[in-house]
Amino acid sequence: MAEMTYRDAVARGIAQEMTRDPDVVFLGEDVAKAGGVFKATVGLFEQFGPLRVRDTPISEQAILGAAMGAAMTGLKPIAEIMFSDFFAVCFDYIANEFPKSRYMSNGQTKCPLVVRTGNGAGSRFGAQHSQSVENWCMMIPGLKVVAPSTPRDVIGLMAAAVRDPDPVIFFEHKSLYPMKGEVPDGEIVDTLGSAKIVRPGKDATICALALMVPRALAAAETLKSEHGIDCEVVDVRSLVPLDTQTILGSVARTHRLFTVEENPRLCGWGAEIVSIVADEAFYELDGPPVRITTPHIPLPAADILEDIVLPTPQRIAETVKRSLGS
Amino acid sequence: MALQNERPSGSAGLNDDIGEKKRLELYRTQVVIREAEQRAFDLFLQNLVKGTSHLSLGQEAVAAGFACAMQKGDLSFCTYRGHAHTLARGVSVEKVLGELMQRDNGLMRGKGGSMHLTSEEHGVMGSYAIIGAHLPIACGAAWRAQYKGDKDVSVCFFGDGTTNIGAFHEALNFAAVWKLPVVFVCENNLYMEYTPIGDVTAVKSPAGDRAAAYGLEKIVIDGNDADVVYRAARAAFEKARAGNGPSLIECLTYRHSGHSRADPAKYRPEGELEKWKLRDPIKIYKDRLKQFGVRPKAIDDIDASVRQEVDDATEACKRAPMPPLDILTTDVYADGGWAWRN
Repeated sequence: MAEMTYRDAVARGIAQEMTRDPDVVFLGEDVAKAGGVFKATVGLFEQFGPLRVRDTPISEQAILGAAMGAAMTGLKPIAEIMFSDFFAVCFDYIANEFPKSRYMSNGQTKCPLVVRTGNGAGSRFGAQHSQSVENWCMMIPGLKVVAPSTPRDVIGLMAAAVRDPDPVIFFEHKSLYPMKGEVPDGEIVDTLGSAKIVRPGKDATICALALMVPRALAAAETLKSEHGIDCEVVDVRSLVPLDTQTILGSVARTHRLFTVEENPRLCGWGAEIVSIVADEAFYELDGPPVRITTPHIPLPAADILEDIVLPTPQRIAETVKRSLGS
Repeated sequence: MALQNERPSGSAGLNDDIGEKKRLELYRTQVVIREAEQRAFDLFLQNLVKGTSHLSLGQEAVAAGFACAMQKGDLSFCTYRGHAHTLARGVSVEKVLGELMQRDNGLMRGKGGSMHLTSEEHGVMGSYAIIGAHLPIACGAAWRAQYKGDKDVSVCFFGDGTTNIGAFHEALNFAAVWKLPVVFVCENNLYMEYTPIGDVTAVKSPAGDRAAAYGLEKIVIDGNDADVVYRAARAAFEKARAGNGPSLIECLTYRHSGHSRADPAKYRPEGELEKWKLRDPIKIYKDRLKQFGVRPKAIDDIDASVRQEVDDATEACKRAPMPPLDILTTDVYADGGWAWRN
């Protein structure tokens, strides 16, 4: 067991898989010699060499297209798109090519690849370098979508993503890169499609993802110590496949549901979870499900403005407390 | 500019660099495409081919010339105008027509349709309906060959309109910088869809004049002469297999039909189609065979056997059942199913 940053866990997770399987290759902008703009891939170029860890031009379509062609023909590429906002310039591959080729070809075509990307707000980068776009990917049949919240999960879910035979979009939260966490020694392999109850509780279920997980946990501590409200926090971890059983099971115990999302209000992933719970566990609920989101606006750059729009532990705690009528 | 348009005289005899066996293969491939595409059009008029379809009538020499120069294991990446390239790699007419007719005997059992013909066992790695998407994908397949030391070449076909989309330029630069074994083939049929390519392109040769920007040779060839295409393909494949990087080849050709089945092509100036029909690739090649001393009876036999194959395929497709509904949810994910939740 050792303490490690989320940033270093990215490189360790990739290295674990590249060591295991010579067909795993890695490409992206500034990822090799420079070690990545977020320094999340430092050392991989030195360890695995220029044939397996490759710098690309600023050509997001070429990066994802090349990853797909390599995946179709036998490699297991990991491609980096520096900021998830840039998905918009290569979305053809994410929306039309990766997820549909197997279906359209009646099962002939395979696409075992991972796209990892820096997602989320908190760095004062403004509206085009701060978005949380996991919901863009969740809505597309054929993709798998994960977003780890801890260094341990970065490694375990990266391994699961690389070993998975389907295209996996792997969202790393930029604001979590410096966060530290305990990581076991040796190989770590997780499974896709499993949520994790990171804090058990009996009064309300709070579903969160990525940066919103530590914020939900902080809110839960406040609610417990100051108001005696005992919240269960579910780290959703994987949007596709979605572990609805863990969520429905939690709601069946707590009878209240809150979702905490960084996405703007409309069509965030929380809406899908609320819809599933409303369909399948309506009579378990003692009150309306509540979504805590950013408002439906582009993200501002100034810290005073950005800090207001993202869900904070305080806003989460206040919303839960008010909704529970305490 | 390497405009390879030399017309061999009969004096080269049957033992020139192409040879009789390959020439008969080139001819037969073109006739298969011509007859199958014409049949697809007829079946559309009978409402038996549904959805859209983009025919390669008039462009057969490009598909035949490249496919006949490929080796087993070489990979084709096609566009939505991909019937020709799929047939040229040896996929049966029945499988192609079956897919166009949405039958269970189709290449993808009706799940892909005309614009997405794929047959990996024949090296047809998909037909891509988003303009330009497959150029980077072909780069990736070529990267795999380079990384693994495989000797196959990835061949990517696209139209003149593709040269104005970003993915074209990203892929050309990427392939050149990484020195990938990929061959980019632009079929310049003079119209992007309904608009003349010259009206919307800053240079005269939409692909050829862009080559220099990526450190590549400008290659513009007569795309209606299968021998010329075959020779250009062979040279580009040799270069790729030797580790000397990509090629970009612009083939000048012309489609005899509209852009898609919905297009009567009324935007073409009067007489243009007739002029190009004088340079019909099949007519050119039939004359070529005769020039090289192939007996008319041998040519007629090929024509008759292809017609029979297309007739038989048509009847088989008409008899074939529609796809069963239980394939609706198969193969969304690699486990064979579509489950997105537990």
